[in-house]
This record gives sequence, structure tokens and C-alpha cells, in this order.
Amino acid sequence: MQAKTLFDKIWDQHVVESVENGPDIVYIDRHFIHEVTTPQAFNGLRQRGIPVARPKQTIATADHNVPTKDQHLPIREALSRTQVETLTKNCADFGIELYGLGHPYQGIVHVIGPELGITQPGMTIVCGDSHTSTHGAFGSIAFGIGTSEVEQVLATQCILQAKPKKMKIEINGELKEGVTSKDIILYVISKISTSGGTGHFVEFCGSAIQSLSMEARMTICNMSIEMGARGGLIAPDEITFEYIRNKEFAPKGEGFDQMMKYWKSLATDEEAVFDKEYQFDANDIEPMITYGTNPGMGTKIVQPVPEMPFAEDERANFSKALNYMGLHAGESLEGHPVDYVFIGSCTNSRIEDLRQAADLIRGRKKSDKVEAWIVPGSKQVEEQARKEGLDKIFEAAGFEIRQPGCSACLGMNEDKIPAGKYCVSTSNRNFEGRQGPGARTMLASPLTAMAAALTGKIVDVRNLLSNN
Amino acid sequence: MKKFEKLTSTGIPLPLENIDTDQIIPARFLKATNREGFGDNLFRDWRYTKGEQLNPEFVLNQNKYKGEILIAGKNFGCGSSREHAAWAIADYGFRVVVSSFFADIFKNNALNNGLLPVQVSQEFLNKLLQAVSKNPESKLTVDLETQKITLEETGEKEGFEINHYKKYCLINGYDDIDFLLSKKEAIEVFEKKKDEFLKAKTEAV
Repeated sequence: MQAKTLFDKIWDQHVVESVENGPDIVYIDRHFIHEVTTPQAFNGLRQRGIPVARPKQTIATADHNVPTKDQHLPIREALSRTQVETLTKNCADFGIELYGLGHPYQGIVHVIGPELGITQPGMTIVCGDSHTSTHGAFGSIAFGIGTSEVEQVLATQCILQAKPKKMKIEINGELKEGVTSKDIILYVISKISTSGGTGHFVEFCGSAIQSLSMEARMTICNMSIEMGARGGLIAPDEITFEYIRNKEFAPKGEGFDQMMKYWKSLATDEEAVFDKEYQFDANDIEPMITYGTNPGMGTKIVQPVPEMPFAEDERANFSKALNYMGLHAGESLEGHPVDYVFIGSCTNSRIEDLRQAADLIRGRKKSDKVEAWIVPGSKQVEEQARKEGLDKIFEAAGFEIRQPGCSACLGMNEDKIPAGKYCVSTSNRNFEGRQGPGARTMLASPLTAMAAALTGKIVDVRNLLSNN
Repeated sequence: MKKFEKLTSTGIPLPLENIDTDQIIPARFLKATNREGFGDNLFRDWRYTKGEQLNPEFVLNQNKYKGEILIAGKNFGCGSSREHAAWAIADYGFRVVVSSFFADIFKNNALNNGLLPVQVSQEFLNKLLQAVSKNPESKLTVDLETQKITLEETGEKEGFEINHYKKYCLINGYDDIDFLLSKKEAIEVFEKKKDEFLKAKTEAV
């Protein structure tokens, strides 16, 4: 039998039919939906007069557009309220389970799927959100789709999709102290650029990846879209199985053991061929931060902003980005003042992120110059943080903890960074205006973000760890 | 879906690279529950100054440029999966986007809305950008049937790729949902087969 990659195995097993000279009809196991990218899809079903084909395979939550304060009150902003109410009505009309505001399972869609055990190895998973790639951390094929495709899945539980090419990114070696999975992925994107993965599905592997917790793996797969990849995945192993065991919707007891037999078979064959391969050494990776307006414009914190590129067509884009950011080529980033810190988003808002942040600030105080928001990824993360007393640590250090949602990652709600202000953010995109018109975003790990909150400037977090 | 066969039009040059979907339509304008009207906020933060005045330097605000073809730098449409980006471009009146490279999700979203993404070489893109910037009256012809894009004033052409199935859908104005709905039986057969596959995999000793 022909050697196959993990991606091939899962994809091929989900092809209902291949259209001649066209895409595959791919069966979808799990479909997550939220309020922003679905109203038009449900309108489409109504116009056609058809039901949702498999309502039990779709799970809904409200996250993108919700306030992160006073969630028990009606949403003040009329358009946001209408969108959230529309989701509630659509779910009721079409028989879809909704974890809306106030529900103990509500949260960012890519945080709740894994923590509820809905995300499992070997599955195909889609959602009208590009960061659906997060779920690939479990050894599943997960990717973001547009609203017309959401309608396809609601109508038929299938999607028409051309099979992407395959890329392998192998990272071996041990990570240095103060270096997290966020630094790994920012490093990789800075090497292969924001379009280096386009047309491909990435498998991350190697000893540095295998040593990571599930939450750290999710951060990596989450940002595979930021290198243009269709998605990223990691072969499931004992760390994966232990994470899933006893989760709310995971199989239990004998059922779990049986599924594990299948999950254990989910790996790339040794002779399998990838279209493109990269290798990196974990030892070369240091705390990272972005200086520009796409996630590929990242650098080690200890290094300055790069010099102006030689190629003329690159110079215009580079200048435009630095001009927007108020930075100069060759300028040192260490010591640069920071106005805001945001810890949250589907990239870094899970309990381990909050634990890391709390550990660093225990017994310290936030800088008066910085406004900092900590937004847990879900109600369950929020609850767990309270149980562990993390909320007390954050409050004692002068931090504000908000309620779950996408928040300042994309600034759809009130959580916006003002024009011209610098925000060190644990989110995934530093595009112009992403966190609010004129906002200047610098992407980093929760540790680096917390270090900025404590000192009021960009610092190498390792300097704080050694005094801790 | 609106049919697409052939279009001859002037073009609007936007020679920036990595134009992401947050620039095409910022998140704060995604709150509508229908597909119409997003064109008003296309490239919102480039089209308007901070004081909400039209920015005279932005290409869409310059009267000399008109047309149904947007010509943009490489890696167009990267970032979010929001289909609102494709809706905004189409709603504004564009029928074709030409670039030397497109992000995957944007490409799918565009094709699902009758908006044709035409990928050309960097060299040909530079030629088009130059021609249109120099003479805004320059016409381009995009022929889907022959998969060719032509710069009319010089007759220079380049071929472009498109998935055979998607081409068929665009020329005939068909959409994917009609096609998938016609596969209902095959999908049900597949579901049974899939259950059996999992059963065999999980019960094996």
C-alpha cells in the first residue's frame, strides 16, 4: 500500500466522492458556528426551504461580538445584540445546541471545542473562522471556511474542497527557559513568511513539538493560518489521549479505550512524501515579538527592527508597515514603551496561559503606564482560574479580568485599542486597525505580554525570570 | 449566482502586497445579518481619513480610475475567513480581482460569489499595474472560457488557472449547494460506510 501522511489518511477517509477535474466532496464530522459568519447561511436555508442536515453535528456559541463586561445584562450595542439574538433564534429554529451568553460552556469557539471533548483525533472539523486550524492539535483536519461554505455544511454536512498540498515542519531540540509555543510559531512564520504555507496543510512534528502540552500545541496550530496554510495538525499521542480522557463529550470507559485503538493508528507513514519540508532547531528560538503589520514581521526581542530591504517592491510595503507602527528600520525594540497589554484570544487565553502569566506577576505590580486586560477564553477557563486563586493574584497586581469572548483580538465589541497606542497582545494578527482604527499591535507570548505590563516597556522576559 | 463569461473593463491599481481581509472590510463592519451593503465600507480605513473625510490619496477616491477590475499586489485576501471581504468587493462593483497570488480562503469565497480571482505572474502583474497607472483608460479583457487576460492597448496576454468545476459553475451561474443537495443519497451511503470503518478500527484486537 502507498505510504500516506496523516493528513492523507484522514482526508481520504472523508471523501464521499471526487468531482471529475474538480474538488472532493468532503464529509464533515463537527461543525462549529458563531454569531458573525452564520446569519446569511441560515437565511440561505430558509430561502431554499431546507433544514439543517445533521443538527447534532453542529455546535454554536456567541464569542466574536459579545461584551466582556456585564454579560448578564442585555448587549448595549444594537447591531451586536441583533446578531447574537439572530444566532439564538437560528439555533432554536434549526435544532442546534447553543452555548450562548450565560451558559457555563460559553466561550471562544476554538477554546470550548477542545475543552468539552468535542474535538477528537481523526475528525474533519470546520467553522466560519480562519483559526479553526487550532483543532488540528488533536490530529484532526480542521480549517476555516466562508459563509457560503457554512451553508453547504449546514445543508448537506459536506463541503466541496480541493485537496491541499502537504507540508512538514519539523522542530527538534529543547526549548530554552522563557520560550513558549507562541515564540515557536512566531519564529516559524518570520522565517517562511505570511504566505509561505498557502495552498498547503502543515504537519508539525519533531521532539520540540512532542514535548508540548495540548494547550501549547493548540497555539501552534491556531497560527498556521498566519503563514497562509489551510491548516496545521499534530499526530495524536499519549498527551492528546490524556487531555481528552474524561472531557464532557469524549467517549467514556470502554468506548474511550476502543476509540484510542483507532487514534493510535493516526500517524504519518515513514516513507510518506510531503510537497515541502522545513526543519528548525528549538535551540535557535528566543522570545519573539512583531514589529510590523503582518504576523511574518516578527523578530527576536533582543534583536532590532530589521534594516530596509534592498528590493524596491519590498521597500514600499516595509516602509508603509513601519510608518503605521511608528518604528524605524534598525531601531532597538527592547525598552520601547507600551500602552496596552491584552492577554486573550483563541491563541492564548487558556488556563495554562493564565497560570504562566500569574506565576510571573505573583508579588509584583503592574506598571501605572499600562492598561491591561485579561480575557479568559471560556467560562470554564474563568471558573478554573478562580478555583486556583489566579484571579486574586491578577487583582493584587492591578490587572482587570474580563468575561470570555474574542474581545480586543479583533475589536468587534467595545474592547478597542485607541489610535496610535502600542498594545503587546497575545492574539494572532497585527494587521493595520485589527485591534481598533490606528491601533499598533505587537504580537507576543503571554509571558512577554506580562513582562510588558509589569515594566511598561518591551523587555526580554528572561531578565524577569532570573530575578523571580 | 451571477454568471461570468467575459469582461472588458478599465482597472483600478492597488499595488500593495499582503492586503488582508481586515483592510478589505474591518471587523467592526461585520455586524450585518444580510449580504448587501458591504461595498460602502470596502477598504474603509484607507478610503477615509481619521476625521471620516474621503482620503484623496486613496485610489478608489480618484476620479481618473474606474472599472470592474481590481489589480492588487501579491498575497491578496490573507487573514480572516470572512466572506464579507468578497461581498464588499463585489458589492462595490468589481467582478474580477487580479493578483500574482491569492490567499486560499479568500479565493474560495470569491468564487462562491461570482467574483473571479485571476492569478497572473508577478511580471505580468507589474505590466498591468504600470499600464493602468500610466493610462487609466487602458482596457483589460478577462475571458473565462479561454482562461486568458489581455491588455488591450498592446495585445499582451497571459493565461490563468481555474478549477474546471468552478469554471463550469461560474459560466453557468450554478452554486455548490445545488450540486451537493443532488448528492444526498451518496452522502447517506457514505455515512453508513464510515460507521462500519470506525467499528472495524475500534473493535479490532
